[in-house]
Amino acid sequence: MQPLLTILALVPLVGAVVLFFLKGNTGKLVGYGVALTTAVLGVLAFVFHKQGANLAEEVSWIPAIGAHYALDLDGMGAILVLMTVILVPVALLAEWHVGERETDRWSGTTFFALALMLEAFALIVFMASDVLLFYVAFEATLIPTYFLIGGFGGAKRKAAAMKFLIYSLAGGLVMLVAVAGLYAVSANNGNPSFLIGDLVGMDMGTNVARWIFAGFFFAFAVKAPMVGLHTWLPDTAEQATPGTSTLLVGILDKIGTFGMIKICLALFPEASQWATPVILIWAIISVIYGAFMAFGAKDLLRLVSYTSISHFGFMVFGIFALTTQSLTGTIFYMLNHGLSTAAMFLVVGMLIRRRGSQDIDAFGGVQKVAPVLAGVLLVSGLSVLALPGLGSFVGEFLVMAGGFSRFPIYTVFITVGTVLAAVYVLNMYKKTMTGPVTDQVAAHFTADMTLREKAVVAPLLILLLIFGFYPGPVLEVADEAAQQTMATVGVTDPAPQVQEGNR
Amino acid sequence: MTSVLETMIPAPTLEWMELSPLIVLLVAASLGILLEAFVPRASRYVVQSGLAAIAIVAALGLTIANWIDLTPKVAAMGMLALDGPAYVFWAMLLIFGLGGVALFAERALGLGQSAFAASAASVPGSPIEREAEREGREHTEVFPLLLFALFGMMIFAATNNLLVLFVAVEIFSLPLYLLTGMARRRRLLSQEAALKYFLLGSLASAIMLYGVAMLYGYSGGLELARIDAAILASAGSHWLLLGGMLLTSVGLLFKIGAVPFHAWSPDAYMGAPTPVTGFMAVATKTAAVAALLRVFYVALGGLAWDWQLLFAVVAVMTMLLGSTVALAQNDMKRLLAYSSIAHAGFLLVGVVGAVQAGDNVNLSSVAAVAFYLLTYGIATLGAFAIVMMVRRSGGEANSLDAWKGLGKRNPLIAALMTLFLLSFAGIPLTAGFVGKLTVFASAWAGGYGWLVLVAVVMSVIAAFFYLKVVVAMWFSDADDETVGTVETPSLWTWSVLVVSAAATLVLGLIPGGVLSLIADAAQFIR
Repeated sequence: MQPLLTILALVPLVGAVVLFFLKGNTGKLVGYGVALTTAVLGVLAFVFHKQGANLAEEVSWIPAIGAHYALDLDGMGAILVLMTVILVPVALLAEWHVGERETDRWSGTTFFALALMLEAFALIVFMASDVLLFYVAFEATLIPTYFLIGGFGGAKRKAAAMKFLIYSLAGGLVMLVAVAGLYAVSANNGNPSFLIGDLVGMDMGTNVARWIFAGFFFAFAVKAPMVGLHTWLPDTAEQATPGTSTLLVGILDKIGTFGMIKICLALFPEASQWATPVILIWAIISVIYGAFMAFGAKDLLRLVSYTSISHFGFMVFGIFALTTQSLTGTIFYMLNHGLSTAAMFLVVGMLIRRRGSQDIDAFGGVQKVAPVLAGVLLVSGLSVLALPGLGSFVGEFLVMAGGFSRFPIYTVFITVGTVLAAVYVLNMYKKTMTGPVTDQVAAHFTADMTLREKAVVAPLLILLLIFGFYPGPVLEVADEAAQQTMATVGVTDPAPQVQEGNR
Repeated sequence: MTSVLETMIPAPTLEWMELSPLIVLLVAASLGILLEAFVPRASRYVVQSGLAAIAIVAALGLTIANWIDLTPKVAAMGMLALDGPAYVFWAMLLIFGLGGVALFAERALGLGQSAFAASAASVPGSPIEREAEREGREHTEVFPLLLFALFGMMIFAATNNLLVLFVAVEIFSLPLYLLTGMARRRRLLSQEAALKYFLLGSLASAIMLYGVAMLYGYSGGLELARIDAAILASAGSHWLLLGGMLLTSVGLLFKIGAVPFHAWSPDAYMGAPTPVTGFMAVATKTAAVAALLRVFYVALGGLAWDWQLLFAVVAVMTMLLGSTVALAQNDMKRLLAYSSIAHAGFLLVGVVGAVQAGDNVNLSSVAAVAFYLLTYGIATLGAFAIVMMVRRSGGEANSLDAWKGLGKRNPLIAALMTLFLLSFAGIPLTAGFVGKLTVFASAWAGGYGWLVLVAVVMSVIAAFFYLKVVVAMWFSDADDETVGTVETPSLWTWSVLVVSAAATLVLGLIPGGVLSLIADAAQFIR
């Protein structure tokens, strides 16, 4: 059982390499098989972790600078691994016909190979317990993502891919400065090491720690886009295929929030608290700004990406509110956000493929010609706006409850964000699905959901419902991770301020 | 009688075993010149390329044998320092030299000719040139010239005496000036480049010699240790010392290609035959950085506060100019030239840190810089090998337009080129990333965090122009007017490509062993 995590990362990586040499349907079938195998392994890893098995691996990698090939699963890592291995096969199935359009540069097999490569690196990120390994995998995800965006999608995808890459590289290289700084500090302290376990609690000096913290935070704020560093996301989502966007927003952007907890909070507790006021306000601005932009969006894919910007602000708020509840909520919400954004992107993708346009104005009255599709869009949308009974509600509620106990006023603004979410989701639904059937819609929507499309969406919606009604098992894991983080940071939850009434 | 002579002219004591790599190269180079007179023209190519390759492999073997039972010592009567760094740089130089020989020996591309002029002495366009072309003559002297250059570079990297420093720079520069002017195509451009390189290079050498003279005036000696001792005793005029340091650094920075002494490199890179460009870009930089490290760390270590700032400023200017000007280039060789200037800047970032290996420090600045050179060198050789292969109507197609759509025409070569470019850009999973990481880490550990920040910003700019090539290869469609085709080279170039690509991946994924090997040897003898 010891090398399970390595195998988990290697299966999609080797699969990707094999796929580069295959063609046509065989290639896609093999790729899908690899994704399913990875899913089984990932679920196994999650179950083993929950049973308390020790999955840690550690081998010296670059002794001269104290870097290790070290993998381990903590609660948060396990949840995100679970999310990753679920989303990849779903996205692949949704993009089964990718590469068949004339505008696509390469075949569908290449798409599958790149997606698997991306999955492998993302898994390593979520399992790494060495900062350098984390960094290497973090940056390595850029390569397949760049080719996924640049090779498949809309007419302006080349520029979008470049913009994505430059933003990510800027973030990543700033993080490289921080990584170099981390080495310098740990080398000056005697024994250079990149193991997170060795770095936790290391004395860095207040100022140095703050600088290094800022370097890491910047990179993560580009990834989990916060206002000001976000403009690459709408452009990319508009041009990329919905499958790529699912992988990008659902999985890759989670690395940002994951890193904030795993690295920023754990290694720099003092600096994190020092920066909290600024970050919280920044997060609130993200929430509100994303919501307004989503409301004003004319392009369906841009709309979905703006909802994510809003929701990433939400997660960042939950992280830096620094309570057990809000952290638990954020971790749980990351999983559900992955599922609901995936559902949203993929269903919208199905609409766009039928209509041949991604303008909101091009739709109208779809629910009369394709009722199942409309219904699925509604459920996905309700999940995005966190309707009780769906998994995202549990996460959002915990974030707000935790946040309120420490920052009641800020939390009020966050709550406004959730109200706005209802507005933009329902507004979008109204414009596209209800009303009279337009001529173009009647002409283009010749068929409702196919069996394959149902198979794509079904697992997402089912899981969202399960997590909504029975969040317990996964929530326990998230709670364990949150408590660990709180202990590392050395912060305790604020005592309840409301007096109990006399009985 | 003999006793009188012996007292007047003492016989030199030479460490034959330790010096054997140098001797092998020198003998092989001289033998190569002799062979030109005896061996029939038809078989010269095989003999010369074989001799050069065997000599380098033998020298490499001897170097490794000496490295294994390393006892750092000052050899050749105080002229050479044979310590860990010397062996590290020797091994690297010999490996790069072997790559150079392989590229020099490539004859399968184009019309089955080497990259060198049929008759370098003829006037371009003259009847003599045409006759030489018709007879299919070749300059096989390029192989001995490469060996001479390599010999000089190895002395340069191990010099323990400022006069030897100057002699070595001349030994390796003269063959390079010659080789630069020997391109088969666009000969006028090539000759112009050679002349420029020669004039500027001589000027830089002269300035360096002047600096050496001032340092001699300051300390009364030419040995590096002697200058170090004089600085510690703070004897003599401080101005003489500072002047000597500045002028000496000019010569070394010129060879590295650092701003403001970089002007020669774009022209020389573009004009020189591509195999020479590849060899020059890699080996000259390695030798010059090795000498720079030795002179400034050993002899001028006491002045570190002064030159660290100087080099930091030079590094910033070099990275800025290299990265920004490269953005505007549309010629692959020129682009790689500016890229090499930018890399000179990154190397200087590593030099500035000046972290000594000690009890706690595993990774000294010397090790970081050496590792960076290794990663840069292998990727550069590979990239130039591909530049040689992309052709149009018989000659190399260096324009970026010719590279458009390469990913469609030849995915393997495009993928290899992408690998090298990603390594240049410092993207993880490639060797270049580990190189950048080590250099940045050692610079920060030396107290130059701000310089690391600047270097990182420059890396983002630099990434832009590497990506420009990647985009052209994968995302642009070829234009019939300009399209270049990938020709199949001989085994020589293939071996360079395969080794470079494999090393770029291995050093990117599992750099631990090599980095430790270099780190353990990175202690200068004083």
